[in-house]
Amino acid sequence: MTLALLNIDYQTLADATALGAIYALMAVGIGLVFGVLRLVNFAYGQLVMAGAFALALASQWGWPVWAGIVLCFAAVLVLSALMDRLVFRPLRGHSPAVMLVATFAVAFLLQSIALLWFGALGKIATSLASLNRPVAIGGVEIRKITIVAVVVGVLCLAALTLLLERTTIGLHMRASSLDFQTARMLGVRANRVIGVAVLLSGALAAVVAVMLTVQNPLVTPDFALRDTIIVLAGVVLGGMNRLIPATLGGFSIGFATGLLGGALPTNQSQYIPSFVFGAVILVLLVRPGGLFTRGQAVERV
Amino acid sequence: MRRLVELQTLLGPVVVVIAAALLGSVVSASNASYFTNALVNVAIVTALYLFIGNSGVLSFGHISFVALGAWTAGVLSVPVSEKPAIMPNLAHVLRDRTTGNLGSLALAALVGGVCALLVGLPLMRLSGLAAGIATFGILEITHNLLRYEEGIGPGLNTFSSVPETTGLRQAAIGALIGIAVAYAYARSRLGRLLRATREDPAAARAVGASVYRQRLIAFTISGAVAGLAGGLLVHLLPVNTESVYLDLTFITLAMLVVGGATSLWGAVVGALSVSALDSYLAVAENGTSLFGWHIDLPAGTRVIVVGVLMALVLILRPAGLTGGREFRLWPRSS
Repeated sequence: MTLALLNIDYQTLADATALGAIYALMAVGIGLVFGVLRLVNFAYGQLVMAGAFALALASQWGWPVWAGIVLCFAAVLVLSALMDRLVFRPLRGHSPAVMLVATFAVAFLLQSIALLWFGALGKIATSLASLNRPVAIGGVEIRKITIVAVVVGVLCLAALTLLLERTTIGLHMRASSLDFQTARMLGVRANRVIGVAVLLSGALAAVVAVMLTVQNPLVTPDFALRDTIIVLAGVVLGGMNRLIPATLGGFSIGFATGLLGGALPTNQSQYIPSFVFGAVILVLLVRPGGLFTRGQAVERV
Repeated sequence: MRRLVELQTLLGPVVVVIAAALLGSVVSASNASYFTNALVNVAIVTALYLFIGNSGVLSFGHISFVALGAWTAGVLSVPVSEKPAIMPNLAHVLRDRTTGNLGSLALAALVGGVCALLVGLPLMRLSGLAAGIATFGILEITHNLLRYEEGIGPGLNTFSSVPETTGLRQAAIGALIGIAVAYAYARSRLGRLLRATREDPAAARAVGASVYRQRLIAFTISGAVAGLAGGLLVHLLPVNTESVYLDLTFITLAMLVVGGATSLWGAVVGALSVSALDSYLAVAENGTSLFGWHIDLPAGTRVIVVGVLMALVLILRPAGLTGGREFRLWPRSS
């Protein structure tokens, strides 16, 4: 009833859920690195962009889909490792503000490299376009990618939870994100934990790249830039310090923007960024620790 | 004598700004615009320094005040006859009014200051990462509203037909005003209190300084300087919402960081040196020659070079080129 009033059909609902799932993965990717490094990676979207360009190149060269996806993962993982080695590591221990500015610089750097390499018009990744076709489920037409995105999102989160809860390296990562110094004193290897976090976060970026290129096959240098900005807002909204609140924040902001974007007429939906960031500022003021955390104040720097 | 010693910190910034303006007046007209642009950048980066440098709190939001200043000065300066063409949906109050050059700049500064005050009232409670994200939110909201609110400006269109009054002289005067304000503020009791809160919030509170109030004052003043810089910018070149958004935020923050965020001298040196590099690369992207070598860089090189430079300075010399110290003719004796 209310759904009908708001002019939301099931297709919009499904698309919003898929966007939420994709944003949740990005939120985990940002949250993982933040957990061990206390570093907000503004350049996360450029990792996704790099993966998307890898897919576009692969489809341009006529590679099979699996090879394209392998190339996408390889490109993103190499780039993540480089980013960690060349930028994050020398900056370790600096103030969060300095590191935020540094990743801001990296983001612009990668974007202009892409501009130089591929041009402003971008390339088209077509290999997975068949996933955009709808299937009918119970009389409702839903695009395949919607289902794929939700399933992949759930699987990735489940795998990650298993890794964090059931393996030694997962235990080390959780310990490091609680208290890095103490964890190191107890024998956690800093470089290994950070390296694994960065690579996991890169792998998630590659997954996101695959799914976003299906939704939006035109890959330009500012691909995923807007998504990253919104996800960052969502992560802060949910609570930066813990993975689950950050993931929930990412999901809710993706779901909300997807729903509002689908339901509102253009002359209202164009103001979504204002609403989103207004909400973020409000949450920061009222609950600095995030919406989905339990009463811990955020670290005052 | 002590006055003189303190005044020397003003000497460096003033001299290089005037030198840049003089240098700009002897080169060809097409190259002079690079100097004008660099001087407007000095004004923007000075505004950034006034808040970020003195408070130690990061702000990604200052370009919103530049944008609001540009919108104010732009809307008020487009001749009434041209307004329907580029701003068809402009509010009635604004449609039939124009102001002169100086009036538009003064109002740009006023709007920048008032908006910074209003934004700062809630936001100045935040620090560190939260402040970074929240001020980034302000940038997003401002960009979003200016883009679609056609009652207060051209929306998606570009501000054409604004009288191009920002030449070298106006830009230099604007930069000098920014420098003078920043210098006076940093030297004042308020500036010292704010720097005390930067160094040690708890100790500053203990001597009676309100962190919130000091930050709010600095944010407001720096918003006014940013608004003025926006006014200068719209009188220099046709501005649209994209030219006062992420790219400008990035390049001006890079200037501040490269120069050294904690000193006025650093802000001015950073603004001028990065502008010089950026302009040179812009020329080189169109083909130029250096020492007999023909250089023809592909488009986009400039952002890469500036980005690498910024990352390198952050890693190798986190306090910036000037080490975050003020200009001195002779080293401090004590």
